[in-house]
Amino acid sequence: MPSPSADLFFRPGLLRNRGNQLLTIISCLCAVIVLIPLFCVIAYVLIKGIAVIRPQMFFELPPAPGMEGGGIANAFLGTIIVTALSCLFSIPVGIGGGIYLAEYGAGNRFSDFIRFGTNVLAGVPSIIAGVFIYGLVVATRLLFGNSYSAVAGGLALAVLMLPTIIKTTDEGLKLVPQELRWGSLGVGASKFVTTMKVVLPSAVAPIATGIVLAIARSAGETAPLIFTALFSPFWPEGIFKPIATMSVLVFNFAIMPYEAQITLAWAASFVLVFMILGMNLVARWISGLAKR
Amino acid sequence: MASSGSEGLYTLRHRPPSDKLVDQSFRFLVTALAALVAIILFAIFLVVTLDAREAIAKFGLGFLVNSTWNPSTENFGAFTAIYGTLLTSALALLLAIPLGVGTAIFLTENFIPSRYRTIIGNLVELLAAIPSVVLGLWAIFVLEPVLRPLLQLIHRLLGWIPFFSTMPTGPGVMPAVLILVIMVLPIITAISRDSLNQVPPDLRQAAYGVGATRWTSIFKVLLPAAISGIIGGVMLALGRALGETMAVTMIIGNSNNFTLSWFAPGNTISALLANQFGEADGLQVHALMYAALVLMIITFIVNVLAQWIVKRLSLKYS
Amino acid sequence: MTFSTHITDVPDEQVAITCEDVTISYGAFEAVKSVFLEVPRGKVTAFIGPSGCGKSTVLRCFNRMNDLIPSFSLKGRIIYEGQDLYAKAVDPVEVRRRIGMVFQRPNPFPKSIYENIAFGARINGYTGDMDELVERSLRRAAVWDECKDKLQESGYSLSGGQQQRLCIARTIATQPDVILMDEPCSALDPISTLKVEETMHELKKDFTIVIVTHNMQQAVRVSDMTAFYNAVAVEGGTGKVGYLVEFDETANIFNNPRQQATQEYVSGRFG
Ligand SMILES: Nc1ncnc2c1ncn2[C@@H]1O[C@H](COP(=O)(O)OP(=O)(O)OP(=O)(O)O)[C@@H](O)[C@H]1O
Ligand SMILES: [Mg+2]
Repeated sequence: MPSPSADLFFRPGLLRNRGNQLLTIISCLCAVIVLIPLFCVIAYVLIKGIAVIRPQMFFELPPAPGMEGGGIANAFLGTIIVTALSCLFSIPVGIGGGIYLAEYGAGNRFSDFIRFGTNVLAGVPSIIAGVFIYGLVVATRLLFGNSYSAVAGGLALAVLMLPTIIKTTDEGLKLVPQELRWGSLGVGASKFVTTMKVVLPSAVAPIATGIVLAIARSAGETAPLIFTALFSPFWPEGIFKPIATMSVLVFNFAIMPYEAQITLAWAASFVLVFMILGMNLVARWISGLAKR
Repeated sequence: MASSGSEGLYTLRHRPPSDKLVDQSFRFLVTALAALVAIILFAIFLVVTLDAREAIAKFGLGFLVNSTWNPSTENFGAFTAIYGTLLTSALALLLAIPLGVGTAIFLTENFIPSRYRTIIGNLVELLAAIPSVVLGLWAIFVLEPVLRPLLQLIHRLLGWIPFFSTMPTGPGVMPAVLILVIMVLPIITAISRDSLNQVPPDLRQAAYGVGATRWTSIFKVLLPAAISGIIGGVMLALGRALGETMAVTMIIGNSNNFTLSWFAPGNTISALLANQFGEADGLQVHALMYAALVLMIITFIVNVLAQWIVKRLSLKYS
Repeated sequence: MTFSTHITDVPDEQVAITCEDVTISYGAFEAVKSVFLEVPRGKVTAFIGPSGCGKSTVLRCFNRMNDLIPSFSLKGRIIYEGQDLYAKAVDPVEVRRRIGMVFQRPNPFPKSIYENIAFGARINGYTGDMDELVERSLRRAAVWDECKDKLQESGYSLSGGQQQRLCIARTIATQPDVILMDEPCSALDPISTLKVEETMHELKKDFTIVIVTHNMQQAVRVSDMTAFYNAVAVEGGTGKVGYLVEFDETANIFNNPRQQATQEYVSGRFG
């Protein structure tokens, strides 16, 4: 016996409901499809990496073509050196620029222009950063007559990190309540003291988070390095000489026809991914600290 | 009146000139550092243009439509690479937009508990953290071999279509497109999710209130309200895809012979640069710089357009 | 409507701050017009008036806090110790070392309680015993008992009322000449308010105090002089323009004001 309210029952057969179900399924499928490559990549890199990695790899140089064994020690060291150099160049400039935008640039044309420029710079392809540094310092031997060098690589990475650091600093400083600045100025502090002693310390967490993420990203960059830092099968010979990095090692060795090199490419990939995921966790931890 | 006894204890009632100097210098310093951004941007244009000018003088605009790239005869044209850059980016976005927006919807609707959605969202963001050179390595050894039989099947069935007209035998445009899809998905997904999350809940309630189903309200209310953010994310992804180098270089095959087929090896501007810059000299360097200039101009236009669109649309909807 | 104002005849050496025909604008919008005012030295002066009439605006000009707002501009002269505060050569930082300010919402620094006090004193080059100064300042701000056992804890570990008194202590630790207070009690409960008021009574022996308040009883309780501001819509203007209606001894303002508007405001019959 049909009840009078039967019209309100859910009728799965209705076109409308069929369509809704279909779309829901499609959207779930999208999520699954997106997750598959992620799992494949991470799982494959980790499994493959764990299978091939040996502790000696952190102490040995890559083998000559056709030889067995060897390690990624020079590239590991090189990645750290080049990344450190890029931090040295980009962090002071980025934080300074961010301070200008947030603290000194309120409402003027110049700061709008710099903000726009920062966005444009953030969109510059990473290979262009390499081309730029190649043209500026490598081809011209600007750095005391040296061409390819760790410093050139660091500069190229710094160009890529700069906009991220400026933006995080700018945004981090804007989160600091205005009252805090008033308080400091109100007891007769100069703008310099207010910024350095009161405002900047209050924004350390978001800025540090952004910088760690920027470093993580630049540690894996390859394109800007292949013709600035180049590569070297030897131990680093100083910051004005060509230097090996893990990312360039992966690129160079991936297409070599030798088993030993390909093994090292996987090992370097594993170390890179591990490092970068670690830095992402650190960034999360820092920003978590700030929320408490 | 301050008790005059203790007044003398405050020795800096008058700021010493050094204090003012520090204040002024700091202001000057940070202004200069900010200006450095503009200087770098300008220098990039300048360096690339100056180094390209010989090639510009020699090849003119014909560079853009000439598909020969022959270092031995010094005849250079970037058509194959430009075509490859635009084609791979367009195909990658075509695949990534529905997937990314679909995932974003999945992550903002309550199909599964929010705890799991947060985890999935974080995982997708992790995908963005994987270096492109690692993705390239993975593409060479996993993606391309796994995919090859499938592409070969498509070739056998649809080989009469020019895009599928060659037998896939290794690196090529299609694997490069797929690796690009993987690289831009996190950008599109994360930004679309954030934009959808920012749509006020009242809007959805209003739609439900007039009897709209879930998907009617998604298509008619939520997506239009979030469109500025989504388009911004798509443009960002496009900029990334146009300039992406490593993964593409490693899997696209780096061939300068122009072909319509998506299964044959091809090239992109950034792959061309990555491959040839190291060994190039003479006119070839200038031609490469010219290609770099073209890439810069394309990405510049995309980025400025992106900023403009986001500004325009967000004004309209906020 | 005329912008008539009264300048009480305070002898010159007893005047801390003088406003001479001060007009303050934000961009094209005139917020306050033609203020003439003489803030007496060693007394508490209260600013009262409806919301948006420009009390904070005038107050913040006394130590050039408005410099932080890009659209701000000022016409006329504000004279402190014979010096026009807005003269070109004047350094706002030096002004603020002599004219301190307590803000509407408590804003301790994200540092320890001790450092909150020591920060300003150090900036002012304090050479005396810092521990003693911290204790003395906290005592005078009537917050010592709550703080004495946790000087090394964050300033944020205090309640809102305690934080506000910490901010007062921070200001008096720099021994300014004048203390400006912009609704210092608006975020406080009645008991904290009472404590802050006691603090003010204590402080007025040594400092000149200017306080903005929406609380008439408070003005009556703490102030010696009261300035009443009002805002009117003017023709051709972009909004309401504030002006000083009347400035007199607090007892006169509340018991027999000279202006109709003051009478209406203090008796609560205000539109
Ligand atoms: N930064 C600013 N930019 C533009 N206009 C402002 C700014 N600050 C204040 N105003 C305007 O100036 C006028 C006076 O503001 P002010 O804050 O001085 O009022 P007030 O008397 O302190 O009010 P309240 O009692 O609500 O604190 C108001 O019309 C206000 O809108
Ligand atoms: Mg106010």
